[in-house]
Amino acid sequence: MNDMTINTELARQILVGFIRSEITRTGLKRAVLGLSGGIDSALACYLAAEALGPENVLAVRMPYRTSSQDSLDDAQAVIDATGVQALTLPITDMAEPLINTFPDMAPMRRGNIMARLRMVILYDQSAAFGGLVVGTGNKTEILLGYSTLYGDSACAINPLGDLYKTHVRQLSAALGVPKSILDKAPSADLWQGQTDEAELGFAYADVDRLLYLLVDQRCSPQDCVEMGFEAGFVAKVVERIRRNQFKRILPPIAKLSNRTIGYDFLYLRDWGT
Amino acid sequence: MKLTLALAQMDTRLGDVRANLDKHLHLAREARANGADLLVFPELSLTGYVLQDLTPSVAHRPTSDDPVFKELLEASRTLDMVVGFVDEDSRHRFYIAAAYLSQGQVVHVHHKVYLPTYGLFDEGRFFAWGDSIRAFDTRFGRMGVLICEDFWHASPPYLLWLDGADLLLFTSASPGRGLGPGPQLDSSRWVEHINQGYASLFTAFVAHTNRVGYEDGLNFWGGATVFDPNGEQIAAGPYHQETLTFAELDLNQLHRTRARLPLLRDERTSMVLREMKRIAGES
Repeated sequence: MNDMTINTELARQILVGFIRSEITRTGLKRAVLGLSGGIDSALACYLAAEALGPENVLAVRMPYRTSSQDSLDDAQAVIDATGVQALTLPITDMAEPLINTFPDMAPMRRGNIMARLRMVILYDQSAAFGGLVVGTGNKTEILLGYSTLYGDSACAINPLGDLYKTHVRQLSAALGVPKSILDKAPSADLWQGQTDEAELGFAYADVDRLLYLLVDQRCSPQDCVEMGFEAGFVAKVVERIRRNQFKRILPPIAKLSNRTIGYDFLYLRDWGT
Repeated sequence: MKLTLALAQMDTRLGDVRANLDKHLHLAREARANGADLLVFPELSLTGYVLQDLTPSVAHRPTSDDPVFKELLEASRTLDMVVGFVDEDSRHRFYIAAAYLSQGQVVHVHHKVYLPTYGLFDEGRFFAWGDSIRAFDTRFGRMGVLICEDFWHASPPYLLWLDGADLLLFTSASPGRGLGPGPQLDSSRWVEHINQGYASLFTAFVAHTNRVGYEDGLNFWGGATVFDPNGEQIAAGPYHQETLTFAELDLNQLHRTRARLPLLRDERTSMVLREMKRIAGES
């Protein structure tokens, strides 16, 4: 029950097929994604390049003035390795006018503005390039709500959303994602020195094991404590999952009629295709 | 006697019956050209699987005056077919259904009796529950058809066996799930285990086909299989790929296996019935 190993070849096959199917059935054949230099977007880029051909994938680097050079270099290594098309659009000049309007703006607000500006750019490139935006959010961050609503979580399809960070690492290693990306501490790179694990307050390896038990194995919080997880840690994670449900669903629509979108007007996205 | 069986593991267009019908007719020609006597399509092969509110708009009646079945029945003059569809009865109840077509006639229609309505499944919300399990005679012998969740319960295959089916035809639209360290998804591993089990326990042929492709985030894993009355796998299609898988069934194997292993002869139906009545509180 604790083995989180996945068969990477089977995962690759299913996810490549998913990207190909869910893009081409819309009548398109191209994808756009933001390439941060981190492991999630690197993996999404490898999968999209295989699914659609590298010439049909546009990877966009969108650094802010505080973004690290390592991130840009690592993203470039992915572009070089996969052969995808690439574009670099710094967001500093777009973000600063808004950020400077509020001199005491907290880092989270600045980070959200950056994430949402990147979304604006990706969706603009989606129209310009004629490709769907491929998301890069993984199961760990979706469950923990560690993303910006309508920012980095915005996408047309998400191939990584059922892979925990631990799985993302396994699959990335199997696909040959550069070692510098595999080895570095995950970071949203929204401010200097930021790391996911420092901000979250726990390690991915630990929280992934806990999430896997709570969600995939349907263990109760008490079960997890009995298995050796610290009770405070379990409570914190359980509460975080609950509190972030709003990020995982469409906004609720107030029901008035006999047939309401989301409640009794039910169709898949793939309707008719 | 030999029967060449073709199992279609096909992708479908969700809610586009015309496009799916054209694919059926194309695959029927291909299967026939390769010598098939019987071609089995997966669950809901004419409609796609996660139909939700599309259900009423894709339903058809398995009769010769229905425009879709008219073409399928015509095609069934060259080879027998099992097709998956939504059946709307005269009272406008919708069923997940499979029809056995042969020589221009509808030989049998099965309505899915177990509708999974849990986890990722929501069939009971949109469909009516079938209420009978019957074997039927074909020009190749007596058969039975079950649809996906039907054979996750042990009783429907058992009933078909007692009702005389020597060839069990199972169809699925099984979403792939359960990725672990092994080379197979949990869903495919489990289906193969039980189908091999049914073939062994019932000393019968068990053929299964499952669709491929994607609907939103769901993947369908294909992996058609045929097991013979010894429980030996005699055909296996690839996972996740659209293809026809062919198997030659030597129907005389039934004679040989049952001469060796008379499980059917020794089955104590009356005792089972008596105990079932007791368990159900009817005696």
